[in-house]
Amino acid sequence: MAHGPAKGLSRWLFTTNHKDIGSMYLWFSFAMFIIGGIFALVIRAELFEPGMQIVDPNFFNQMTTLHGLIMVFGAIMPAFVGLANWMLPMMIGAPDMALPRMNNWSFWILPFAFFMLLSTLFMPGGAPNFGWTFYAPLSTTYAPESVTFFIFAVHIMGASSIMGAINIVATILNMRAPGMTLMKMPLFVWTWLITAYLLIAVMPVLAGLVTMMLMDIHFGTSFFDAAGGGDPVLFQHIFWFFGHPEVYIMILPAFGIISAIIPTFARKPLFGYSSMVYASASIAFLSFIVWAHHMFTVGMPIAGELFFMYATMLIAVPTGVKVFNWVATMFRGAMTFETPMLFSIAFVILFTIGGLSGLMLAIAPADFQYHDTYFVVAHFHYVLVPGALFSIIAAVYYWLPKWTGRMYNEILGKTHFWVAFVGLNVTFFPMHFAGLAGMPRRIPDYHMMFADWNMISSVGAFIFGASQILFLYIVLDTIFRGKKATDRVWENSEGLEWTVASPAPYHTFSTPPEIK
Amino acid sequence: MATSEGNYYVPEQSKLPLLASIGMFLTVFGASAWLSGVTTSPLIVAVALFVFAAALFDWSRRLTIVAGIIMFVVVSAASETLSNLLTGPMVFALGGLAFAGVIWNWFSIVIRENIAGLNSPQLKRSYVWGMGWFIFSEVMFFAAFFGALFYVRTLALPWLAGEGHGAENVLLWPGFEANWPLMVTPDMAVHGDAANVTGPDQSMSFRDAASLWTWLPFWNTVILLASSVTCHFAHSAIKKNARKPFNVWLGVTIVLALIFMTLQAWEYVIAYRDMGLTLDTGIYGATFFMLTGFHGAHVLLGTFMLAVMWFRSVLKGHFSSEDSFGFDAASWYWHFVDVVWVGLFFAVYIFG
Repeated sequence: MAHGPAKGLSRWLFTTNHKDIGSMYLWFSFAMFIIGGIFALVIRAELFEPGMQIVDPNFFNQMTTLHGLIMVFGAIMPAFVGLANWMLPMMIGAPDMALPRMNNWSFWILPFAFFMLLSTLFMPGGAPNFGWTFYAPLSTTYAPESVTFFIFAVHIMGASSIMGAINIVATILNMRAPGMTLMKMPLFVWTWLITAYLLIAVMPVLAGLVTMMLMDIHFGTSFFDAAGGGDPVLFQHIFWFFGHPEVYIMILPAFGIISAIIPTFARKPLFGYSSMVYASASIAFLSFIVWAHHMFTVGMPIAGELFFMYATMLIAVPTGVKVFNWVATMFRGAMTFETPMLFSIAFVILFTIGGLSGLMLAIAPADFQYHDTYFVVAHFHYVLVPGALFSIIAAVYYWLPKWTGRMYNEILGKTHFWVAFVGLNVTFFPMHFAGLAGMPRRIPDYHMMFADWNMISSVGAFIFGASQILFLYIVLDTIFRGKKATDRVWENSEGLEWTVASPAPYHTFSTPPEIK
Repeated sequence: MATSEGNYYVPEQSKLPLLASIGMFLTVFGASAWLSGVTTSPLIVAVALFVFAAALFDWSRRLTIVAGIIMFVVVSAASETLSNLLTGPMVFALGGLAFAGVIWNWFSIVIRENIAGLNSPQLKRSYVWGMGWFIFSEVMFFAAFFGALFYVRTLALPWLAGEGHGAENVLLWPGFEANWPLMVTPDMAVHGDAANVTGPDQSMSFRDAASLWTWLPFWNTVILLASSVTCHFAHSAIKKNARKPFNVWLGVTIVLALIFMTLQAWEYVIAYRDMGLTLDTGIYGATFFMLTGFHGAHVLLGTFMLAVMWFRSVLKGHFSSEDSFGFDAASWYWHFVDVVWVGLFFAVYIFG
C-alpha cells in the first residue's frame, strides 16, 4: 500500500481515499457556503431599509428558500461529513472508511443534486419560493413548475446522506483498531455514530414526504388536499418528524468537535466523558418526540401542545450537562486562546444563548407570540451560526495543520474570529428585539418601526460575510505558504490523529496502532 | 500491512462512483423535465454524457479537450434540434440505462473481487452492516406512509368532520362525515356531482369472514408468507452446502414471488376497471395505492435480487456454506418485504 495519490484530475474524480473525499466534501461545502451566503446578503440588502428596493417579492422568497436549503443541505451537512471522512478513520486507527467506493459515490451525487437545485433559478416561474420547510399547499398547489426538480434534487441528496451515514456507522462499528473500545472513542466519533443513526432514520422519511408531494402534484393523489380527505397539516407533521432530528444532525457533530478542542487548550482531560456520551444519546432519543413544537400555532389538541412542550423542555437537561462539562473542563485549566479555542469558547457562550431562546420558544403559550417572527430567526441562527458553523471553522483551524502539514497565521486567524464574532452578533442579536416587537419572518418589506434594528442587522451581515473571504485567504495562505507544523501540532493534543506525521500520510494505519 | 485481521484491502481508484452519479443525475433530471414540462438546455445533458464517455473510455487529455470544444460548438449551434431530441422522457431513458449499466457492473466487480479472495473477514462484516442499515432506512421510508395513513384515519378525518374544537367543518366542509374507507370525500359532501375529487365506488377492505376464502389479499398473504418460509429453507440448505435443495427452494421462492406480483397486478386491474378505485380517488385511493404500490415495487426489486442469486448458483455455482453473503442479503431483504406486507395486510386490508 505504498502508492500515493494518482496524478491529475483523476485523483479527485475516481478516488477511494477518505482524505481526498474529505477534502472534496469540505471544499464543496465552502463553495455552497459562499453561494448560500450571497443569497443571505441579497436578503439583508433588501431589508436594509423599509420599502421595496432591490428585488421583487417573488425573487426575495426564492432567496430565503434557497438560502435555507443550500446552507442546511449544502454547507453544514457536507462539512460535517467531510470532517468525519478526514478524521474518523484516523481517530479510531482504521486505514480508511469501511466502504470506500460508496464513500466517493456519496460525495459525487452532491454536486449534481445542487446543480439541479440551483438550475431552477433559471427556469420559467423561477426557483422554489415556498421557504426551506416547503409547506404544502404552497409547495404543491401553488408551487412554480421547477418544484419537480427540487423534489428530485432532495431525493438524490437524501440518497447521498443515507449512504454516507451507513458508511460512517459501518466504519465506527467495524473498523476500530484492536483495543479501541466504544467508551475509549473520542467524542467526535461518538457524536457522529449517533448522528449517522439519526440520518438513516429520518432521511427516508423526507424521501417519503417529497414523494407524496410529487404524487399530489403530478398524479392526482390527495395527501395534502382536504378536498380529498387529506390534510396540509399532515405535511407539517411528517416534515418536522424529519426536521427536528435534522436539527440535531447539524449540532451533534459540533458537540464532538468542541469536546475535542476545549481539553486541548485547557490542558485538562474532558470533564465527564461518559456523561457526554449518554447526554448525546438522550438528545438523539428526545429529538424523535418533540417535532410538533414547530407547529404549536397550527391547531393541535391541548394534550398535544402540553406533551410536546414538556418533552422539548426536557432537552435542556442533557444539553445543560454538556455545557456544564465544557465549563468544568475549562475551570482552573491552563488555558491559552489560539483561534480554534476562541471559536470554541464563543460556541459555548453563543450556543447557550440560542439554546435559551429555544427554551423560550418551547413554552407553548409564549410561542403563540413568537411564532413566525424574527425571534425565531434569531434563535435558530444562534444555534446554527455560532453553533454548527463556528464548530466547523474551529475544526478547520484545529486540524488544518494535520491535513496540510503547515500552520495557519495565528494573527489572521484571530482577526477572522473577532470580525466574525462581532459581525454575527451585530447581525443576529437585534433580530431578537425586532421579533419580540412583532416583525414577521420571510417578508421583503416591513413597518417603519423595525427600521433601525434591520439596518444594524444588515450592516452586521456584510461584516460577517466579508470575514469569510478572509477565512478563504487564511486557508489558501496556510496551504501554500504556511510554516511547517509539528506532528503533535498543539501542546496538549490527545488522540491517534496526532501520532501520525503532519501532513497525514496518504494512507494511515495500514497496521493498526496500539491503543493504551 | 499484516494485521490481526489479515490484509486491509483498500480498493484502487474507481470510476464507478462518478459514472453512477452521472447516471443517477440524468435519470432524475430527465424525470423532472418530463413531469414538469420545463424545457432544459440540451447543453446540460450533453456535458453530462460527455463526461460519462470521457471517464468510461479513458480519453487522453488532448482528446478530451478537442472533443469537448467540438461538442460545445456543435451542441450550441444545434441547440434547437437537440432540444427536440433530448426531451424529458429521452433523457430519463438514457440516464436510466446508464445508471442501470453502471450498477450492474459495480455489483459484478464486487462479486469478482470476493471470488478472487480480496475480501477480508472485516470487509465482509462491513457489507453485513451496510445491508442491515439499508434495510432499516427502508423501514423508515415505509414508516412515513404508514404514519400518514394513521394520522389521516384517526386524527385528520374526524377533525375535518367537526370533532374537537375547530370550526372548519361548519365553515368549509358542511355535511362531511368521517368514515374509513373514505368513500365520500369532503369535496363530494359539499359539491355533490360537481366535485373535483371524488371517492372510489368500492374499497379493498375486508368485509365478512365468509368471503375470506375467495378474498384475493388473503391468498396473497398466504403466498408471500409461504415464500418467506421457502426462502428460509433455501438458506438452511446453503448453510449445509446442499446445492440442489438450495436451487429448488430458491426457485420455488421466486415462483411464489411472481405469482404474488401477478395477483397484485390483477388486483390493480380490478380496482381500476371494476371498483372505481384509482390513485386520484381521495385519501383512500392515495394511501391504498402508495402503500401497496411501494410494497409491490420493493417486491419487484427483491424478486430481481433473488433471481440474480438463483442464476449465480445455477449457472456459476456461486455460494457455499462459508460464503453466501449475496444470497443472505437478498433473503434478509425478502423477509423485510414480507414483514411490511403483514403490516399492510392488517392496516390497509383487514382493518381498512
